[in-house]
Amino acid sequence: MGAMIRVENLVKKFGDFTAVDNISFEVPKGEIFAFLGPNGAGKTTTIKILTTLLRATSGTVEVDGLNPKTHENEVRQSFGIVFQDPSLDQDLTASENMDLHGVLYHVPGKVRRERAETLLKLFELWERKDALVKTFSGGMRRRLEIARGFLHTPKILFLDEPTLGLDPQSRNQLWTHVKRQNEADHVTVFLTTHYMDEAERVADRIAVIDHGKIVAIGTADELKQKTNAQSLEDAFLALTGSTIRDESASSTDQLRQVAQMFRGGRR
Amino acid sequence: MNAIYILWLREVKKYSRSRVQIIASLGQPLLYLLVLGFGLGPVFQRAGGGSYLQFMAPGIVGMAVLFTSVFSGIALLWDRQFGFLKETLVAPVPRINVMIGRTLGGATVAMLQGTLIMVVCLIAGFRPVSLIGIPLGFVFMAMIAIVFAALGTSIGSSLQDMQGFQLIMNFLVLPIFFLSGALFPLNNLPKALSFVTKLDPLSYGVDGLRAALTGSAHFGALLDAVVLAGVAVALLCLGAWRFSKIEI
Ligand SMILES: Nc1ncnc2c1ncn2[C@@H]1O[C@H](COP(=O)(O)OP(=O)(O)OP(=O)(O)O)[C@@H](O)[C@H]1O
Ligand SMILES: [Mg+2]
Repeated sequence: MGAMIRVENLVKKFGDFTAVDNISFEVPKGEIFAFLGPNGAGKTTTIKILTTLLRATSGTVEVDGLNPKTHENEVRQSFGIVFQDPSLDQDLTASENMDLHGVLYHVPGKVRRERAETLLKLFELWERKDALVKTFSGGMRRRLEIARGFLHTPKILFLDEPTLGLDPQSRNQLWTHVKRQNEADHVTVFLTTHYMDEAERVADRIAVIDHGKIVAIGTADELKQKTNAQSLEDAFLALTGSTIRDESASSTDQLRQVAQMFRGGRR
Repeated sequence: MNAIYILWLREVKKYSRSRVQIIASLGQPLLYLLVLGFGLGPVFQRAGGGSYLQFMAPGIVGMAVLFTSVFSGIALLWDRQFGFLKETLVAPVPRINVMIGRTLGGATVAMLQGTLIMVVCLIAGFRPVSLIGIPLGFVFMAMIAIVFAALGTSIGSSLQDMQGFQLIMNFLVLPIFFLSGALFPLNNLPKALSFVTKLDPLSYGVDGLRAALTGSAHFGALLDAVVLAGVAVALLCLGAWRFSKIEI
């Protein structure tokens, strides 16, 4: 009772590669739960399993008490999601994207139009509402994805790196809105981010995942205590090491790594 | 129901906005109509087949419907690549409704395209034998469109990306077109060829169109309708099943 999300011994393999390696955790109703981890740690894969987009290799998963494998439709009723990757229809306008989402999520016509207007204004897209999404900048698309995610009020909100590519104003709007939904409607929030300050600001509890395994779980303070660190960032680095994960390391990250090796060599 | 409608509407809107593609897509049927129609016309006439344009026009309409509907189904792969597919896959709507909305949308677009080609044929000199045949022609157009939109959805749901596209085009879509009797009469064919043409669903579609528009048929309109309806049901089931299995 009380757990909105329950994951036990979850494993997901792609061929011989194990992306999620036997993880277990619970997220109680009304909690804001942050899932932190380096690139390729298995965060998005876990979210995809929870949201019926992927099937687990083994383990038990429950979303609002139901198994996403056997009760796909019921589980889909219970959550909303902002994806890490783009998911808009670029050949439709901003309002058409909002409207389509509202219809798919059974938001009644009048509420749909009112909320769409409020949200598009909040994320400063109202003037461009009738422009095709393919004419939007990256940040505008991102804002539209987020506005769309808030169009209905689900029991659980999944946010996979929602602030990726957003300006500080929009980031602020986003987290304020998330907090408000969480407080007013007891929406359970499951989020991932690479910005430690955001996690510290909004999350009740944090799990750190690395190479598909959960290495620590607790409040920000508990994680700092556990690692004797001053900041969450230090705690994160202590838990996951400072080597950059091969796959998504950007070129500046690689440069930084080379510079670090160089300095290390001279010492 | 609303979900089916909004996904159907999306396909139609996207079609109506792609004016350049619509014009470009007229090129191929026009080429067939003009080059083959006027090029092979005299030979066809001498062989006792009557007007080749009259014979071929329903086939060209069938071709346009075939191509448009298969591709609209395969366009699922673009939605997968650009990410929009995810949005529909996690929505609290049974996947079968998502699949039906998309497929009917694709079929509608194919019918619009078929109608456009029909108009081109009329301009080129094609004349339906009776006005009553025209609504029946639309019924057959709709059946062809649904059959191949469902086929396209099945294929689109089963592939990961556009890599298999050439393969599908050359070993499935083009053979379906060429073996359908769109360009040549199905009687007096060599046994093997005659057998294969009977397995091609488009043969019945083109035959039905021809029955409706020109009054002459090989299999007969009733058999055509029964076969197309059967194949449509089977492919819709296949498409729904493949679509329900998509993982991203
Ligand atoms: N469809 C797939 N096929 C094969 N491997 C995959 C697939 N999807 C993900 N992976 C692999 O699984 C691992 C975990 O990926 P995932 O997307 O869950 O990482 P993440 O924690 O979300 O990382 P990021 O912070 O970069 O978004 C990665 O090594 C990735 O390459
Ligand atoms: Mg991710």
